[in-house]
Amino acid sequence: MKSTGKLARTALALLGGTAVAISASGAWAQDNRIELQWWHAMSGALNERVNEIAEGFNKGQDKYKIIAVNKGSYPETLTAAMAAFRAGKGPHIVQVFEVGTGTMMASRAAIKPVYEIMSQNGFKFDPGSYLSAVTGYYSTSDGKMLSYPFNSSTPVMYYNKDAFQKAGLDPNKPPKTWQEFEPVLKKLKASGSTCPFQTNWQTWIQLENFSALHNVPFASKSNGFDGFDTELKFNSPLHVRHITTLANWMKEGLMVYGGRKNEANAKFISGECAIHMESSGGYASFSRGAKFKWGMQMLPYYSDVQGAPQNSIIGGASLWVLGKHKPAEYKGVAQFFDYLSATENQVWWHKNTGYLPITTMAYETTKAQGYYNAHPGTEVPVQQMTLKPPTSNSKGLRLGNFVQIRDVMDEELEAVWSGKKSPKEALDTAVDRGNRLLRQFERDAKR
Amino acid sequence: MAPMEKRVVFQNKFLPYLLVAPQLAITIIFFFWPASQAIVQSVLREDAFGTRSYFVGLENFIILFEDDYYLHSFQITALFSSLVTTIGLSLSLFLAVTADRLVRGTTAYKTLLIWPYAVAPAVAGALWGFVFLPGPGVLAYVLEQAGIDWNFQLNGGQAMFVVVVAATWKQISYNFLFFLAGLQSVPKSLIEAAAIDGAGPIRRFWTIIMPLLSPTLFFLIVVNVVYAFFDTFGVIHSLTRGGPAKATEVLVYKVWYDGFEAQDLGGSSAQSVILMVIVIALTVVQFRYIERKVHY
Repeated sequence: MKSTGKLARTALALLGGTAVAISASGAWAQDNRIELQWWHAMSGALNERVNEIAEGFNKGQDKYKIIAVNKGSYPETLTAAMAAFRAGKGPHIVQVFEVGTGTMMASRAAIKPVYEIMSQNGFKFDPGSYLSAVTGYYSTSDGKMLSYPFNSSTPVMYYNKDAFQKAGLDPNKPPKTWQEFEPVLKKLKASGSTCPFQTNWQTWIQLENFSALHNVPFASKSNGFDGFDTELKFNSPLHVRHITTLANWMKEGLMVYGGRKNEANAKFISGECAIHMESSGGYASFSRGAKFKWGMQMLPYYSDVQGAPQNSIIGGASLWVLGKHKPAEYKGVAQFFDYLSATENQVWWHKNTGYLPITTMAYETTKAQGYYNAHPGTEVPVQQMTLKPPTSNSKGLRLGNFVQIRDVMDEELEAVWSGKKSPKEALDTAVDRGNRLLRQFERDAKR
Repeated sequence: MAPMEKRVVFQNKFLPYLLVAPQLAITIIFFFWPASQAIVQSVLREDAFGTRSYFVGLENFIILFEDDYYLHSFQITALFSSLVTTIGLSLSLFLAVTADRLVRGTTAYKTLLIWPYAVAPAVAGALWGFVFLPGPGVLAYVLEQAGIDWNFQLNGGQAMFVVVVAATWKQISYNFLFFLAGLQSVPKSLIEAAAIDGAGPIRRFWTIIMPLLSPTLFFLIVVNVVYAFFDTFGVIHSLTRGGPAKATEVLVYKVWYDGFEAQDLGGSSAQSVILMVIVIALTVVQFRYIERKVHY
């Protein structure tokens, strides 16, 4: 069908010149749907899921047509959207990773807040029906949703039950606190493990989520939610204590550094590493790849810290709506978000990707269907994220220049792991360098 | 010059301009225009979507020079480029001289030596990254067996070593080709005459071959410095991403990072302007001082 149409069009263009070709291709268009561009960064299997969502929406109504386009990695997608917007050809919807939230908010002339689009187009929008631990990350301090939480995950602990057995540990009793960790790691090492423990995403898990779980500020002004004049706070004695613990474990061979992102997944799947911390989104690849018994568990905490464990915060990405489009198109966008929020679609997404549901209804439905019992561990991320009502320390992070700040933290942590800096020195430097980036962002935002 | 010099003169005054016009157009569109854009951007600050932009004078430059890591990046670049240029040139000169003296199997050697040039920088980076990967990497294994605590993802010196190896390896073929062509244009009679006069191979190399090879060498120095400054981005990006702790963050990598990852167009443009000045200065120095020693 497609190729004949193309061929015919080409032939026409050759025969009758451009004018004929244009009118002909107009006649060929089967519908006059309003096209909505959705740029995203989901690759592989997730790309297919995204296409299925677009297809489902397109089939369910005949006014709008979502066109989902993969634009590469998260930074690449964001850069592409920015460049296109400058050229007046921006997409309607763009998927932006959570660290880009501050940047998007500051570009207020380029974005359309989601709550505005929903209310302007008559869609009822009840913030209470959403899981606040998810939506809070992308909402203003007074609960107005700025971007639509699409794929959210939270870090959890995965552990190799076979390795626990081999070390004479109870495979159903993984360590719950950081204090319980050390004896367990020692036993694992004694049983011959070359990698008792490793972590992915060290900044997200060991500093950002660590702060939220212990209910201590990562940055002042409610982690940046209350203003751009925020300062980083992750060099507190508790943070220094934790990084010192990890550094000592690395020296003793109880912990292994496996890179900044998720490169270390391979070493968990191969069975080399016994305890592994990774996003809840890692579930899919572990259940496919790991040839041993493994379990999931909430992240550990220091039991002597009051209020711990609080709740963990999310990562992942949300959908931002860009400005400079027609009102009729925004109506379509609102309808699409309404479609995404439907319980059945949320449940489908949650089960098929491992990402978190964003509405309470979706969570309850998944539970009622018996999914969590059939797939042990899959409820852990939701439970951990909703452990307690979020506080100003555990709502999320709203920092400008956050991409660079994460890199700064990574660099300084690597300096600790390689023994070049003491934990205190490194965290102080990271805070200092990060604050300079925050001040620059503040200056720019105020101009 | 001889008084009876033959000259072809264009009668039409516009024809010469017409003939160079395509070249000029390309230069203006792809060089002057982007360069001027960089200069304009370097005195502005704007949000990521370009909805608001402000003239800030030299603020972008001041921010840069207050940043210790930017100054650090200069040192890294100087070290990296001089290593890549000197090691690359000496190795390929050695290979070219050896290949030039071969009697049998020359074509096979030449082909093998030219191959790496066909490999894309990102692929070259990935290849070397795997060879040096702690654990499964072949050379990493050798190094670990030799008692070295090898992990270039954590050790800055080792990371620099790996990117220099990969970047040099990529450029050896190009240098080799030019050196080989240069060597083959050295008249055999000169070398034979020197040999008859009793000059050994090393003496012949330094007194006859090197001076005659100097135009090639000079050309390659310029090309290699430019290569080390700009074209090594792909190798560094795929191997270390400038890390660990900025140990391999050369100037051009920082330009890319600040512009495309950090969305700081002003700061990134200011860096490109500085980089442009450096390369212009380097080229001028090379032409003024080194070229004098070149015999054509």
